Amino acid sequence: MTTALPAPPASPGSGALTASGKQPRQLDPGHERSDRYFFAGARAIGLSVLVVTGAIAVFLGYQGIPTLHHYGLHFLTTTQWDPEIDKIGIAAVLVGTIEVALVAMAVAFPLAVMFALFITDYAPRRLKSWLISAIDLMAAVPSIIYGLWGFFLLQPHAINLSRWLSQHFGWFPLFHVDTDPNAAVWQQSRYTSSAFIAGLAVSMMAIPLACAVIRAVFDQAPAGEREAAMALGATRWGVARKVVLPFGKGGIIGGSMLALGRALGETAAVLIIISPAYEIKPRILEAGTQTTSALIAGNFGSATKAQLTALLAAGFVLFLMTLAVNTVAATIIARSRSGAGTDI
Amino acid sequence: MARPKRLVRTHTFDDWMSAGGAVVGSLCFTLVVFEHLLDGSGTLGFLVSWFAAFLLLYAGLVALNNPRPIVTERLVSATLWTAAGVVVFALGSTIVYTFAKGWNAYSHLGFFIHSMAGIAPTAPLSQGGISHAIIGSVIEVGIAVIIAVPFGIGTAVYMSEVGGRFARPVRTVVEAMTALPEILAGLFVYVVLIVDVGLPKSGLAASIAMAVTMVPIIARAAEVALRVVPAGLREASLALGAAQWRTVWKVVLPSARAGLATATILGVARGVGETAVVLITSGASTFVEVNPTKNPMNSLPLFIYTSYATHEPTAITRAFGAASVLLTLVLVLFVATRLLSRDRKAR
Amino acid sequence: MTLTADAPVAPPTVPAPRSAGALSPSRLDAVEVSAWFGDNLVLEDVSLSMPAATVTALIGPSGCGKSTFLRILNRMHEAIPGAALAGEVHLDGADIYAPGRRVTDTRKRIGMVFQKPNPFPAMSIADNVLAGLSLTGRKVGRDERAELIETSLVRAGLWAEVKDRLDDPGGALSGGQQQRLCIARALAVRPAVLLMDEPCSALDPTSTRRIEETIEELRRDVTIVIVTHNMHQAARVSQQAAFFLAEQGTPGGIVEAGPTARLFGDPVDPRTADYVNGRFG
Repeated sequence: MTTALPAPPASPGSGALTASGKQPRQLDPGHERSDRYFFAGARAIGLSVLVVTGAIAVFLGYQGIPTLHHYGLHFLTTTQWDPEIDKIGIAAVLVGTIEVALVAMAVAFPLAVMFALFITDYAPRRLKSWLISAIDLMAAVPSIIYGLWGFFLLQPHAINLSRWLSQHFGWFPLFHVDTDPNAAVWQQSRYTSSAFIAGLAVSMMAIPLACAVIRAVFDQAPAGEREAAMALGATRWGVARKVVLPFGKGGIIGGSMLALGRALGETAAVLIIISPAYEIKPRILEAGTQTTSALIAGNFGSATKAQLTALLAAGFVLFLMTLAVNTVAATIIARSRSGAGTDI
Repeated sequence: MARPKRLVRTHTFDDWMSAGGAVVGSLCFTLVVFEHLLDGSGTLGFLVSWFAAFLLLYAGLVALNNPRPIVTERLVSATLWTAAGVVVFALGSTIVYTFAKGWNAYSHLGFFIHSMAGIAPTAPLSQGGISHAIIGSVIEVGIAVIIAVPFGIGTAVYMSEVGGRFARPVRTVVEAMTALPEILAGLFVYVVLIVDVGLPKSGLAASIAMAVTMVPIIARAAEVALRVVPAGLREASLALGAAQWRTVWKVVLPSARAGLATATILGVARGVGETAVVLITSGASTFVEVNPTKNPMNSLPLFIYTSYATHEPTAITRAFGAASVLLTLVLVLFVATRLLSRDRKAR
Repeated sequence: MTLTADAPVAPPTVPAPRSAGALSPSRLDAVEVSAWFGDNLVLEDVSLSMPAATVTALIGPSGCGKSTFLRILNRMHEAIPGAALAGEVHLDGADIYAPGRRVTDTRKRIGMVFQKPNPFPAMSIADNVLAGLSLTGRKVGRDERAELIETSLVRAGLWAEVKDRLDDPGGALSGGQQQRLCIARALAVRPAVLLMDEPCSALDPTSTRRIEETIEELRRDVTIVIVTHNMHQAARVSQQAAFFLAEQGTPGGIVEAGPTARLFGDPVDPRTADYVNGRFG
């Protein structure tokens, strides 16, 4: 229940009348003067959030117009970012953003779902709250620390994996790297700073976000259905397959999309790991890529006024992408059977 | 008269032996075979091969005595345990690695007392320190909190207690804003305040951008905390003749104290770790700066990034040292939220 | 359904002693009250006189509008989104819904105790008792404060049990004690009328009996209107009663009202007879 403003009473003509033809009274809500200030003040604060958000959206969008004027639609199709010769475009940057985010989700999605299922159905009771705390802690760790971890600890090991993949699956464009993987002394630098490694680091931020939502949703799977399955002799996996996973479909998709939104906008970890390269390429194992947020963070200082608006336009595109992804995620969660009561 | 409690075990002796045997057997097998078949893919490759071998061996062992559904169940269970282990290990390795790599830096007490004023990044670790970054972070986050908490809790009060025509749109927008990439908040402040209005790069600019990202997080968590306050309390207060603002101020907010504190701490944890925001709006300085309005102000994430970017080993160690401090701060905040929510549940 | 009570019970002739926290009971009259939730008419043309210093019981099966009617008496009904009402409620002759009357003023004079005890958990027992004053911005001097706490808790029948632990949190009491704390809290603001919405339905029999004793002791100082499911309770505590009924698909209303003894012993309407004899509800 909220201490809500009383709704205006039913206007004459609407609603059932009494047998003697009476209608509802128009009531004077009789608020104290102090309450009028309270309502106005609270409303002002709430609306200010709308105003600021609108300002950001409008501002970013508005700045995009001079950019489009200046560079035309080529802005969306040019891959280079050469401020010197005034040839800039975000085609490669957008592709890179999506590649890093998809790698992150490819790793994060299965791990998040498995970890969530583990917590709700497989973990020993005593461990459950510790595991939930672990997930929350994982979400709280700043992204720059994951960036350092990714670059210094993970990368030396991951490039072995990259090399192995390009050795055996290099015929597939995704895993190809422009170097000889079979050489006795192989070029390590061709495998570092790739979209793949950046994606691995970003997955550390995606996993806890997705897992928190998915776990909350799995926890709400109706106990009655669980018990029915168990009483029929199902194993834990049987219960998961027949009750928990179908119930949690909305949460799984929604939580993953929220994590995707986060992955699209991640800056610090990506900045640390990648080396900027502006070309559209599917070769995620290969060194060099660029994402929108890294582009902005890396170039804002040296940008001229025109390039600054270009960065703003790029920021606006990023804003639209994350807004779209998150809105879809929120809708899916809210609409699904599992999501109705979830507080994400 | 009372009988002893029965032990209801879910795993038999056979189960444990199968699992243990599969682990050991697959390890030996992988050790022997790996060098010939899969060498070159490093530690990661070894672990993956070992896991694959384990699954096969385990499946075989379980299938000797058990029907198919049980075999599937065991395999799924093993996979889930491994997945959990991988995630926990990743988190643990991050924390341990950060503290380990930073040891050489923060083992010097001067690390916390001195700043980098006049000291080159390549100077030995006994010199210099991150006092300017620590102070900068504290000031920036402090100002951000002063701005963000009233707005965040105020928005939550609006959504939860006042409601009305705009409550739904505000809630939708708050949800959307929690996902706003921090770089865009920083970019917005940078272009509007720093480039257009001409304010200098400063701690205040960073605080404003930080507040923009903190408000939605605080608002959402605070709204949840307010919603959980039982309706009966509000009714009791209204029935005593209290005005609604007094009901909120004296009954609802105090009852939600723990949840509101958690909401604030969540916001702070987010703000203190944001790199992109401070990178763009605050500029990096090497000396301690306490005035947030004029000069560039360093902060922990910014110091970490700029030190890393030099690619000098000693600077990188300092970066890890600063990262250790940042991580400790986050851990402390995190433990605080856990304690608060346990208090709430105990009541 | 337009029924008024039969000859109301005369108020007692022994005047209440004037002391600190003296209460002076008022008369409450509902005149052709109707209530809506959204477009749904739930109460139709209910009229009832509740004389001062008496206990009026509202009885009847669930869902026939007793609690809704009660909430209309202290203007809590309108706090629900989508709720509307018609008719008048007179407190000592003045319509509480008249334009210009403050909602909060009405609620200060007509108090309410709810079905589920709701002491404020963030306050101590003492602060809970005084909550009605601090929530309405009324200051109390230090000496008056202690006396008011004691008087209210004595009136609610809780003083002996908590006098040594007034600083303990309000939520640390048993269910029955919490409800008596809520009664003390309601009494501390010196209302003229006290409304009670099934105050004992969530409590054990011992606590129930204690609260019924309290109601009897309070009657001379506060007019009480109590909604109850429990007919025996109604027979025990009230001087007059009103039987509410909502037949299939029709809005609720009063079937019969009058002195309790007559309503239970010799009801006029056959439906009343059926109900008090346990044939339904």
